[in-house]
Amino acid sequence: MVSAGEVTHGEVRELSQRLPSAKLRTLPPIVEQLEQCGEAALPLLQAMLKGDLWVRRSDKLIVIAERGKGAEFTLVDAVSGVQLPSVTKKKIKKIVINNRLRVQLRDMIARVTLASEDPVIRESAVRNMLNKMSADNVALLAKARLTENDRQVLAVIDLSLAVYALNHSTDRSLRLNALDVIDGSLEPVVANALSAVLAADSSGVDLEKDADVRLKAQQAFSKIQRRIDFYELLEQIFYGLSLGSVLLLIATGLAITFGVMGVINMAHGELIMIGAYCAYMVQLLMPNSIEYSILLAIPCAFVVSGSVGILIQRCVIRHLHGRPLETLLATFGISLILQQAVRSIFSPLNRQVISPSWLSGSLEINPIFSLTYNRLYILVFALIVFSVLQLVLKRTSLGLHVRAVSQNRGMAKAIGIRTERVDALTFGLGSGIAGIAGVALSQLTNVGPNLGQAYIIDSFMVVVFGGVGNLWGTLVGGFSLGIANKFLEPTTGAVLANIIVLVGIILFIQKRPSGLFPQKGRAAE
Amino acid sequence: MTLANQFSPLHELRNKAPVFLTALFSMTLFASVCNLWVPEDSAFHVSTYTITLLGKYLCYALLALSVDVVWGYCGILSLGHGAFFALGGYTMGMYLMRQVGDRGVYGNPLLPDFMVFLNWQDLPWFWQGFDQFWFAFFATLLVPGLLAFVFGWLAFRSRVAGVYLSIMTQALTYALMLAFFRNEMGFGGNNGLTDFKDILGFNLQSDRVRVALFLCSALMLAAAYCASVLIMSSRYGRVIMGIRDAEARVRFIGFKTETYKVSLFVYSAVLAAIAGALYVPQVGIINPGEFSPLNSIEVVVWVAVGGRGTLYGGIVGAILVNYAKTRFTAIFPDQWLFVLGALFVFVTVFLPQGLVGVFKDQKHWLFRRKSVEDVGE
Repeated sequence: MVSAGEVTHGEVRELSQRLPSAKLRTLPPIVEQLEQCGEAALPLLQAMLKGDLWVRRSDKLIVIAERGKGAEFTLVDAVSGVQLPSVTKKKIKKIVINNRLRVQLRDMIARVTLASEDPVIRESAVRNMLNKMSADNVALLAKARLTENDRQVLAVIDLSLAVYALNHSTDRSLRLNALDVIDGSLEPVVANALSAVLAADSSGVDLEKDADVRLKAQQAFSKIQRRIDFYELLEQIFYGLSLGSVLLLIATGLAITFGVMGVINMAHGELIMIGAYCAYMVQLLMPNSIEYSILLAIPCAFVVSGSVGILIQRCVIRHLHGRPLETLLATFGISLILQQAVRSIFSPLNRQVISPSWLSGSLEINPIFSLTYNRLYILVFALIVFSVLQLVLKRTSLGLHVRAVSQNRGMAKAIGIRTERVDALTFGLGSGIAGIAGVALSQLTNVGPNLGQAYIIDSFMVVVFGGVGNLWGTLVGGFSLGIANKFLEPTTGAVLANIIVLVGIILFIQKRPSGLFPQKGRAAE
Repeated sequence: MTLANQFSPLHELRNKAPVFLTALFSMTLFASVCNLWVPEDSAFHVSTYTITLLGKYLCYALLALSVDVVWGYCGILSLGHGAFFALGGYTMGMYLMRQVGDRGVYGNPLLPDFMVFLNWQDLPWFWQGFDQFWFAFFATLLVPGLLAFVFGWLAFRSRVAGVYLSIMTQALTYALMLAFFRNEMGFGGNNGLTDFKDILGFNLQSDRVRVALFLCSALMLAAAYCASVLIMSSRYGRVIMGIRDAEARVRFIGFKTETYKVSLFVYSAVLAAIAGALYVPQVGIINPGEFSPLNSIEVVVWVAVGGRGTLYGGIVGAILVNYAKTRFTAIFPDQWLFVLGALFVFVTVFLPQGLVGVFKDQKHWLFRRKSVEDVGE
């Protein structure tokens, strides 16, 4: 038995073979016939509209060709969608169309997609029309509306018809009705339609003569404006939280080494950089499973950065105990060495870490407000890292020892805590978290030898602002600096916002030298 | 000689300065004479390139001296002295820019090239007056001094000290760097100020002007050194050292420590600014890169290598490290950061007193052995 799909495919194939020999004048009838084949001809029509439809010279096969690497074109059979071997441009010939045909094709594609069985395709077809409503489209949509039974698609159709009616209809009741329909919609096209109604000519006289329509449009417009403002605020907060989560991630490690241990580690940025390079290396080692390499990179970065950190602590910082300024200088020297080492090993050029597909894309909440997945995941990830760290410090014996040593080293030693070992482990923990932060950063920026330097001052600012020795301070500090930065940005620009925040912190520290949440009691000294 | 005389500042100056000053002036005079009056084919001829290089080292030495004054004597580790240096450089650069006049690429008699390029119509208010040397000179002292005063007054009054202060100074220079990178600031953005033509009517490229600038640097360094010795051996200097060793105690005795710290910080910033102002005409460019935190922290390492708290230690360190840098970057351009990094670690872990400390120890050691031998006899 032969199925219906195969029949139409055969038909499309037959019709398409007539395309190469047709003249521009004889193309339209063939295309019209193609339309009758429905969705089977859709890829072909769309490719034709984009100018991607070609003929293979060797066997006159109609193909969709796209420029691939260099001069090679990748070919796909226009009818069956089968991948064909790539060829050079000489082996294929383009099917030329003109503007009249383009208009015809656009309508046809709209009609075919509107008749699709998949509601998602139907909805996207209506949305495509929404932005360029014409009398033809209205007729099409009105017809489609009669047979449409999917609620969501129906709503979009109604919206499209209402937008058209508002701007083009002369019937007053129809227009008032349309205003009811579009009330509260956040589509940009609705806002445009409303502002067209509310527009005044150069002398200040309203173009819209009907007072009722104008009043109602005014109400709808201000309502939409309020909602847009609200979502813009939400978006700003989200960006602020996102920046805050990055700051939190990079500063958490520092909050341990600087805040809890009192060691100024200027090489902290380079430990972040090492983490980012770990993500890059893991990706190089498992090129076939990019999707999961990032998950594997997290423990790898923790171990590698943590080990480097322990090495630094054992070899250098241990000998400078109680001399914070010297520690600062020595670790700065280490940061220079690490940077140059990375430059020598990986070259000074930036490397790109590919994001897995589950990290790209965005969560669309409405037409003007969407959250990108990578930022969303990093926000969640930062909070998870933070809570795990809190648990480690509050609920494990290591955490108990760390707190004991940070509060009173001599006493801790006297009751048998091996302070040297605790120091090394704490430093390793802080460094490991820096490595994890590096993996997260590799998803947002390019990985290069200067990655760490870009963040070191920011992370110190967060820790100092939040209050040294207080992880909660780091959390609040990170998020508030992030949000402050993003709220300043629209008015001042990114660089100036950064400067203002820096100066703000400098002034704040003068007022409250111990940060937002100063340590109290014995830990304060 | 009375006992009081022995502790007088002038005595200290007589005691400490002669060796250093003699060494400095014999070197500069030798180099200058060999550049101007020895024929080029002679083995003793010093090229103008070397003169400029030496002049650069002397500016760095003055910068190192300014850091040593605050770090070595008062325990204030500033990681932002490059900011004062660069500000001094910018004020001098603005004067030199105005001196270019209509000889720029666009030939505008009033506006520097980059402003014409940005389509600016008028000279911004903060560029007014910079066509006068005396104005630029006072601005060099005033602008960085004022910044140091405001910053120091805020920081020391609220008793921000130690590591916090270091990080704050670093943030300060970082913020200034970001600001100067912006074109809208009106300081040439990314490219900074360059293509200078002449200073006080003399061509900057001529050998004589180069030597004169070099001599000026040496004179300034000598003057700053003598002034610093006088200051540090005066009663004021002793309070400063007291603050370094036990600030709380000095405060309890009744000194207003923040006044002392602020004034010293301002003095040091002005020294750094003078170094910057002498540096710019010699190297011929000033750009926001001078503000980068790395530059400031490098200065600290010069002082650490030389030995802090000695005044001449910082100068020696600056000249040695920079000479090594010039040599090293010529041979292995990529490896310099390894050396610099290793230097940081090595000096802080093994030579807390710097090179000067090594020689001092040697002297003590010799002395002690001799005395032991004396006893043995």
